[in-house]
Amino acid sequence: MSAPVAERATPADAAGPPLLSLQGISKNFGAVAALTDIDLDVRAGEVVAIVGDNGAGKSTLVKVLAGVHPATQGRVLVDGEEVTLGSPVAAQRLGIATVFQDLALCENLDVTANLFLGHEIRPFALDDVAMEVRSWELLKELSARLPQLTLPVASLSGGQRQTVAIARSLLGDPRVIVLDEPTAALGVAQTAEVLNLVERLRERGLGVVMISHNMEDVRAVADRVAVLRLGRNNGEFDAQAASSEEIVAAITGASDNVVSRRSARRSAAAGDATGTPGATGAADAAPTLEKKEEEH
Amino acid sequence: MAQDTVVPPESTPRALDREDERLAAPPQTLMDGVRASLARARGGDLGVIPVVAGIVVIWTVFQVLNPVFLSSTNLVNLAFDMVPVGMIALGIVWVLLVGQIDLSVGSVSGVSAALMATVLVLDEQPLVLALGASILLGVVVGWAYGQIFNRAGVPSFVISLAGLLAFLGVQLWILRGQNAINLEYDSALVSFAQLWFVPAPLAYVLAVLAAGGLLAVSASRARRRHAAGLSAPSMRYLVTRSVLLLVVLAFVVSYLGRTRGLPWMFVFFVGVVLVMHYVLTRTAFGRSVYAVGGNAEAARRAGINVRRVYTTAFVMCSTLAAVGGVLAASRLAAANQSTGTADVNLNAIAAAVIGGVSLFGGRGTAFAALLGIVVIQSISSGLTLLNLDSSYRFMVTGVVLLLAVALDSVARRSRMASGRA
Repeated sequence: MSAPVAERATPADAAGPPLLSLQGISKNFGAVAALTDIDLDVRAGEVVAIVGDNGAGKSTLVKVLAGVHPATQGRVLVDGEEVTLGSPVAAQRLGIATVFQDLALCENLDVTANLFLGHEIRPFALDDVAMEVRSWELLKELSARLPQLTLPVASLSGGQRQTVAIARSLLGDPRVIVLDEPTAALGVAQTAEVLNLVERLRERGLGVVMISHNMEDVRAVADRVAVLRLGRNNGEFDAQAASSEEIVAAITGASDNVVSRRSARRSAAAGDATGTPGATGAADAAPTLEKKEEEH
Repeated sequence: MAQDTVVPPESTPRALDREDERLAAPPQTLMDGVRASLARARGGDLGVIPVVAGIVVIWTVFQVLNPVFLSSTNLVNLAFDMVPVGMIALGIVWVLLVGQIDLSVGSVSGVSAALMATVLVLDEQPLVLALGASILLGVVVGWAYGQIFNRAGVPSFVISLAGLLAFLGVQLWILRGQNAINLEYDSALVSFAQLWFVPAPLAYVLAVLAAGGLLAVSASRARRRHAAGLSAPSMRYLVTRSVLLLVVLAFVVSYLGRTRGLPWMFVFFVGVVLVMHYVLTRTAFGRSVYAVGGNAEAARRAGINVRRVYTTAFVMCSTLAAVGGVLAASRLAAANQSTGTADVNLNAIAAAVIGGVSLFGGRGTAFAALLGIVVIQSISSGLTLLNLDSSYRFMVTGVVLLLAVALDSVARRSRMASGRA
């Protein structure tokens, strides 16, 4: 599934200010610090994966980006200018579209109705024809295969629904698109379909922020991998250069963790000891912590 | 048998929405249309099939039991009698579409009737004022329900159950201790509900207008789809459908015309149904009603003002209930203590559900109220003709309601199984 490295588009304007930049973002819920001092840059034509264990703050970060939970502290810059992500509408106006994990589709409505929900084309009455034509165009641009747009969304597969949700977020002409666990609960073929879609978003010059649990998917499409651990930045990796072990080490906070022990055990027969030292933050690992997190 | 010929690949470009070769072509003949809706029904998308089948069965049974049932006289009465509760059922469609319920429509219609009669007869105010007061009452009640629902989060079931009792009290209070307030027999309201018929030539014109309107709308739609490169039903199919509608309507007009004719009140009801159908299917607001009923959270995230949609649905429901109450009083030429009580509530809800509106929200059309009330009123009329008292009527209607809801639930399960839920 993973595309050759040579074909990957490099960020177009690596020199200019990033499309979206988070600087020192913190978010507190009462006494709980969900995010502390997060930095993140997203450039045009770049896929940034955000990984982290359960409770690392990934979902909170998505909500900050979507404008659902405004940050407690820190600066958000779009094109180098400071902005406030105070509400979902504000985030959308600034060109940040978010596809939540639950997709938020109306299953009783057809694909076209879902795509245009809340933004129907209508001089007076609804212009179904124009909406359907635009839907087909959009889905074709994304090379997405949906047999029919007049069926209720309930009859679509998980991957097709994800496609509809992503296509819908594109109707607002966003510049950054945030995908929350786009491949969770999808089958192999459907996951590939969605990953293709993510690559096409990058080709269109969008900045893509992809939250994921799945290391394989992350390495398949991401340019950079940002690791969150306990609400803090815990390293940033080049998705191609870094090994999975390095990233896992940053996620769990230890080079000696459940994952590495397991793979070491499995490859012990081959005498190939793994357990590459973690890039950053490997030292602050407390073995007791990781166990707790796994139980979520 | 001819020799095995390979079908040549289609030379004409496929329509934009039919590029996937697995798809069936849009209906070209009437049979295609019928087949398509039968296929949808098997998938759990029942549409109007069960209710039309129900009407056929009910009419056949009652006609066999009492040959007066399908007489022109009785059907004219039926056309009159179904309007008040039909109007209330139309309101129920609104709340069911957003996934809520209003159990107080009967009481609200009773209050509305009492208020109208009091203002008109006891206070001797002009008709406009009486009607305005009734409709305003409906609007205010619905708005209040909406506020309580949105702000306090009380389930609509409970709000309207409280309303059911409270408004029954209000109705008795407004009537000021009188059992009934009679309306003047030659007043416009009573004439509208008992005496006014569409003149025969005009009735035929209306039938032609309806069929022609359907053809014009669907043909222009097909043309626009074709121009945009989308698939469209063939002209032959559309013409056949409209001609069929014309034949049915002309037959209805001529049959009712054998005695008294087509009541204006029924035409009024159908007009309201058509307007509501337009609002629900062709406007962005109507789309948002279905969206809220399907997934309120998704609708909220799409930027739809969900609270406003809920409030509007409650307001439409109570207002149509108020209109239904006024019509009921007009039909009876009196507003009394029992207007809107007894089985009015459940008949209205049953009509909407029998017509195909899902209790689970987001599914159904305005025509459901029309079709459903035909079933309910036919049962009521048939049992009355058999000289069976209301005890039987309640029992039969109860069973029919249960059947309709069971059908809805089974269809929902079937939709889930075939991936359409």
